Amino acid sequence: MAIYSQILANGLMLGALYACLAVGFSLVWGVLNVINMLHGSFIILGGYLTWFAWHGWGIHPIVMLPVVGALLFALGFALQKLVINRVVSAPVLTTLTLTFGLDMILYNVMTYWFTATPRRVQLDLGAVSLGPVTLPVDRLVGTALALVLTLALYAVMRGSNIGRAIVAVRMDRSAAELMGIRTERIYAITFGIGALMAGVAGVVFASVFPITTNVTGTYLGKAFVVCVVGGLGSVPGALVGGLVLGLVESLAGHWFGPQQAITAGFVLMLAILLTRPTGLVGVRGYE
Amino acid sequence: MRSGPLAYALLAVGILVLASTPLYADNYVVRTAAIVAMYGALATSWNFIGGFTGYPSFSTAAFFGLGCYVGAICQRAGVPMVLAWLIATLMVGAFAALLGAIILRLKGHYFAIGSIAVVEVCRLIVSSWSSLTGGGDGLNLPLLTWGPEQVMRFFLFVMLAILILSLIATALVDRSRLGFGLRCIHQNEDAAAMVGIDTTRYKVAAYTLSAVFCAAAGAAYASWTGYIDPTESFQILMTVKVPVMAMLGGAGTLAGPFLGAAAFVLLEEVFWANFLDWNRAILGVVIVLLVFFLPGGLLSLARKRSAGGPA
Amino acid sequence: MTEPILKLEGVCKNFGGLKALTDVSFALAPGEVVGLIGPNGAGKTTLVNVVTGKLPASTGRILFEGKDVAAQKPHEAARRGLARTFQIVQPFPQMTVIENVTAGALFGGGAASVGDARDMARKSLDFVGLAPLADRPAAQLALAARKRLELAKSLAMQPKVLMLDEVNAGLNSSEIDGALALIRKIAESGVTVLIIEHLMKVVLSLSKRLLVLHHGQMIADGPAKEIVADERVIEAYLGQKYAARLKELHHA
Repeated sequence: MAIYSQILANGLMLGALYACLAVGFSLVWGVLNVINMLHGSFIILGGYLTWFAWHGWGIHPIVMLPVVGALLFALGFALQKLVINRVVSAPVLTTLTLTFGLDMILYNVMTYWFTATPRRVQLDLGAVSLGPVTLPVDRLVGTALALVLTLALYAVMRGSNIGRAIVAVRMDRSAAELMGIRTERIYAITFGIGALMAGVAGVVFASVFPITTNVTGTYLGKAFVVCVVGGLGSVPGALVGGLVLGLVESLAGHWFGPQQAITAGFVLMLAILLTRPTGLVGVRGYE
Repeated sequence: MRSGPLAYALLAVGILVLASTPLYADNYVVRTAAIVAMYGALATSWNFIGGFTGYPSFSTAAFFGLGCYVGAICQRAGVPMVLAWLIATLMVGAFAALLGAIILRLKGHYFAIGSIAVVEVCRLIVSSWSSLTGGGDGLNLPLLTWGPEQVMRFFLFVMLAILILSLIATALVDRSRLGFGLRCIHQNEDAAAMVGIDTTRYKVAAYTLSAVFCAAAGAAYASWTGYIDPTESFQILMTVKVPVMAMLGGAGTLAGPFLGAAAFVLLEEVFWANFLDWNRAILGVVIVLLVFFLPGGLLSLARKRSAGGPA
Repeated sequence: MTEPILKLEGVCKNFGGLKALTDVSFALAPGEVVGLIGPNGAGKTTLVNVVTGKLPASTGRILFEGKDVAAQKPHEAARRGLARTFQIVQPFPQMTVIENVTAGALFGGGAASVGDARDMARKSLDFVGLAPLADRPAAQLALAARKRLELAKSLAMQPKVLMLDEVNAGLNSSEIDGALALIRKIAESGVTVLIIEHLMKVVLSLSKRLLVLHHGQMIADGPAKEIVADERVIEAYLGQKYAARLKELHHA
């Protein structure tokens, strides 16, 4: 049983990280109806900024959290405002191709400046034991931070005027416009928030996993799976999707070996796509 | 989308240029010509589901990769090369028909995601089924014993043959009941069902057609390079690149996907040769510009000019 | 009475807990022109969707030419000769008018080739008076012409039963007159027509028999004149209070 407690703990910690990683992607997809292929690179960009601040100037990641968030928000806002808004209502293939092209540029810039060497912020916080379960403290802190950030987004979406405007645009764009909401601006803010969440997820990830441009695709893949499993466009959807994926990967890794953990995630996603395309907590009829 | 004489002329010129490269150019150029023909076949295949039917499919790399592996496994079991390619084509075609019947129930983004996931799942299964596929170590294939130039020429003509077959299939579908029905589905799937189109069967047909030529190209590619592994065979980059090529030339047209593939591969070669550090970013810029300034593809330029103004 | 061409027996349709159709039964004789009326939200469009296979019936039987077709798909309904128009027109927007109609002839009308289908399409365009616009993209048509296109497409499918879902909605009175003349012409050609309307005036000028749907139930089925005098129908349409006042007025 001890081994399963450990697997459960690992799965939940991983799941919280996944939720934080995917929630911005989910928001952009749900509100703008755009699959943001840049999301993986945004995460890595956040991670790199954290690493260089730590190694260059000794700035602690926790200090970098708001800085990275603000920078990524500005980047996302500008990209949506100047580039993506111009084709935001075009078919799937067009917006997906556009963000893929933008991602190629960002990826290239990052690989050129930072090189693809894996980097990790080593905080050396040790580990704690809770009964049979051993938890590395950096991971535990990362998990807690991921949860706090995800829930903070939830609070913003529920409690602020901007959040309510975003939800209104998501529900019915033309009705929102009639109520005086400037949808183009809301789109830019939403994309900015998506990038912000990717960036802060990157800060958290840099202190838990090695960061390299080689894994942008992997993170993007995780975001896909979390969205489809949980249901897109909502914070609870991302949380459920993230936790389910974390647990499934953790269990599959134990039963079939680490390589199969990723396969299990994708198989889970395909199964959910075909049986319940709106996700585990998604709204029916909202596609 | 009636394909005019211009489309046929461009196709004929393009194919002749590729086919004649061995007469005057070195091996590097012949190799590039073979790659152009291969991507031309892949983009022309994608056109059945993505261009005609309007379903944003990203399964190309799955069909290509499975084609590589089925062909390689057959050849290692002693099946003659060309027969192995044929088996790969048929098996992957059957696989696509079964898969299509399941995932074509999804629409829009969901279909796009499902079709990308297929690539990942195929890659992961192939990587872990070591007893059959060699896992991450890959598989070696029997090499042709001819000289390098002869081998290069041979595969240029094989790829050209696959390209020409895919173009013939496109022209036939374009004029047939199937092509008409697929275009109706593209514009309004509900209305298409209501006029009597069996939308499921038509979409599965389009998806299967989009698979067979990819599988043939994959199997031939495996024999050409003599070695395959999961990362090379199932590339996410390929699965996105091929639709971009088709769009670059003009999705839903006969000549567009091939022309787009030719333009893309040539640009890629130029960037690789001259801007090694920045080739990916430059391609990204090309894609962004394409989306903004040429949403109908290269062929739409020619059409605008011949129509003498906005349609 | 001759064998009915279309017959519904106890058809129900539930959306979750919501009962959209409850125990609907009726029969149409070949060549008959019948009006289906009911207030907004009565379930008229749901009924058409169930009959044409767009939505599966929860229970009940749908007999077309004596065969149970309750499990059919939309394309099967179209090929059998059960055609419909949509309340909100559904053209193939980027195709020309004639291509739209050709699709109907090719897939629903059993044309042997694309060429034959085009010839059939030309005939139905002549019939509805759209021939001069044949080469226009469908998206460019005005509403009245789009409704005619919808009719031409359905006619090209060589239907045996044609269900017209609010073909007159959004048209002005002269356009309505034109549409009515056209529907009469269709009926004279022997097609069984079910006209779904909420404007009673329109239905009365076309059909002798009326079906009335209210809250998903068939509350009346009979000669048009009797139906319009039926208390329950007036109630369904005008509300209880108004119906009561109307009754007092008649008695006075």
